[in-house]
Amino acid sequence: MDDSGKSVAFRGGGFAPKSRRWVGVVVFVTLVLFIELGTRAGWISSLSLPRPSDVFETFRQLYDSGLLFKHLGPSLSRLTVGAIIGASVGISVGILIGLFSYVRSGLVPLVAAIFPIPKIALLPLFVIWFGIGEGSKYALIAFGTFTPTVVATYGAVDNVDRTLIRMGQSFGLSWWSIVRKIVLPGAMPGILSGLRISLAIAIILLVAAEMLGAEYGIGAYILEAGSLYDLERLFAGVVILSLLGVLVSGIIGMAERRLLGWRT
Amino acid sequence: MDIRLDGIGHSYDDFEVMRDISLDISSGQIVCIVGPSGCGKSTLLRFIGGLERPRQGRVLQLGEPPKSCLNPLTYIFQDFALLPWRSVSGNISLVLEDHGIKGPVAKEIIADVLARTKLTDFAKALPKQLSGGMKQRVAIARALAVNPAVMLMDEPLSALDSQTRELLMDDLIELWTRRPFTAVYVTHNLAEAVRLGHRVVVLSRRPGQIREVVNIDKPLAAREFGDADLEKTQKYLWQLMRDEARAADAELLHG
Ligand SMILES: Nc1ncnc2c1ncn2[C@@H]1O[C@H](COP(=O)(O)OP(=O)(O)OP(=O)(O)O)[C@@H](O)[C@H]1O
Ligand SMILES: [Mg+2]
Repeated sequence: MDDSGKSVAFRGGGFAPKSRRWVGVVVFVTLVLFIELGTRAGWISSLSLPRPSDVFETFRQLYDSGLLFKHLGPSLSRLTVGAIIGASVGISVGILIGLFSYVRSGLVPLVAAIFPIPKIALLPLFVIWFGIGEGSKYALIAFGTFTPTVVATYGAVDNVDRTLIRMGQSFGLSWWSIVRKIVLPGAMPGILSGLRISLAIAIILLVAAEMLGAEYGIGAYILEAGSLYDLERLFAGVVILSLLGVLVSGIIGMAERRLLGWRT
Repeated sequence: MDIRLDGIGHSYDDFEVMRDISLDISSGQIVCIVGPSGCGKSTLLRFIGGLERPRQGRVLQLGEPPKSCLNPLTYIFQDFALLPWRSVSGNISLVLEDHGIKGPVAKEIIADVLARTKLTDFAKALPKQLSGGMKQRVAIARALAVNPAVMLMDEPLSALDSQTRELLMDDLIELWTRRPFTAVYVTHNLAEAVRLGHRVVVLSRRPGQIREVVNIDKPLAAREFGDADLEKTQKYLWQLMRDEARAADAELLHG
């Protein structure tokens, strides 16, 4: 056989990102090293960015003094309670919107009206309604998580394969069974990717909530550092928030791997 | 249990889909419905299964379904309609759970239907791990699990390649021979119709009306791929349909 032909060029790759854990770490470490070098060498002024090693030192002191957990504890409980309330109400309302014409016609415009309001602007209102204590903080975080969760959830319910629902009906499954066994799992991919966004918003709002009348909490810590222009402490606080974000995203990634293994 | 279609007619808005269809489907028979694309075959099947209501006429159940029957009118869909997040046995237990069948009883039924469709080794597999033909066998197993009085099949083999189709037709014939079931089988493939149908109903182009009902007396088990007399029936059916199909095509072109 004549093998003078050239082989067909491969053009089928890409569009299937896989997770390469270490790449994220490399990017992060490079960035930190770059700033460290810059601040040490002087081409980044110490006024514009704190030295990473100093931030780390501040962080260590925070840990040693036990203050870290004093701040982290209340923040985590606010985040958890607020986000759980917001996400669960959001998922339920989203499913109702996805299933019932009247709920949809009634609530979709309302959600669209609420979505663009910066929830931080409503903080004083929440303080009047729920008091200056924990209540207003839960409410702010819950409210902020609620709207993106609703929108993601009803979009996900709309995208559930109708033939599967017809199949359920044709086998005489009850309404509740269809919702539980077909609609909810079918909407799960959309709900989880919506939660990624809603929970990041919850962390943003956590800081906002703690800027008002909180003695402890990461937000309070950052606010105090900011008002003193103490950049090391400010950054130590910001690093905690970032770690929190990475943690939340990791938890959702785990949930996706567990719940969505059936996807091709 | 028999099914009687009594003067079924339907239109979507001003768009007449079918007109005055009357038909008896008697127990233990496979009735094939053929007709040009868009003549309302799928719609008719949805009426029979109660998933949609016709504007005119009625679908009647004559007699009671047998006691052991969990879901008298059971579909097999063209695109399988398996839940991708449930394993093969999970997909079958889905339709049993709502009838309160769980635990060992459910296990026994699932094992039985999987054995009848030769899927025993794949009980734990997810749909994404199965080939098209296997997926349709799972769908058939799921339908068998509820012991239907009438199976409603909408082009169940259309999504499959021709070899798999032959094999599955043999499977269906074997299932029927061992325990005759009633079925309404919609298809556009005349070879399937003459292999599986005791009666073949030919519909005209839209609005769908019954053009002719062809009875095929040869027992299912005796029919084989490429039988001369079946080919003759198939040719006759094609003659009936050809002009309709051509006209339907022209209508689609000119709107
Ligand atoms: N929900 C609907 N709303 C409006 N028109 C519809 C609807 N469902 C079906 N039709 C129309 O009714 C006609 C019959 O549709 P149907 O799906 O029953 O045809 P069919 O015989 O199954 O065709 P095919 O062989 O292509 O599957 C088609 O012209 C289609 O456009
Ligand atoms: Mg059809």
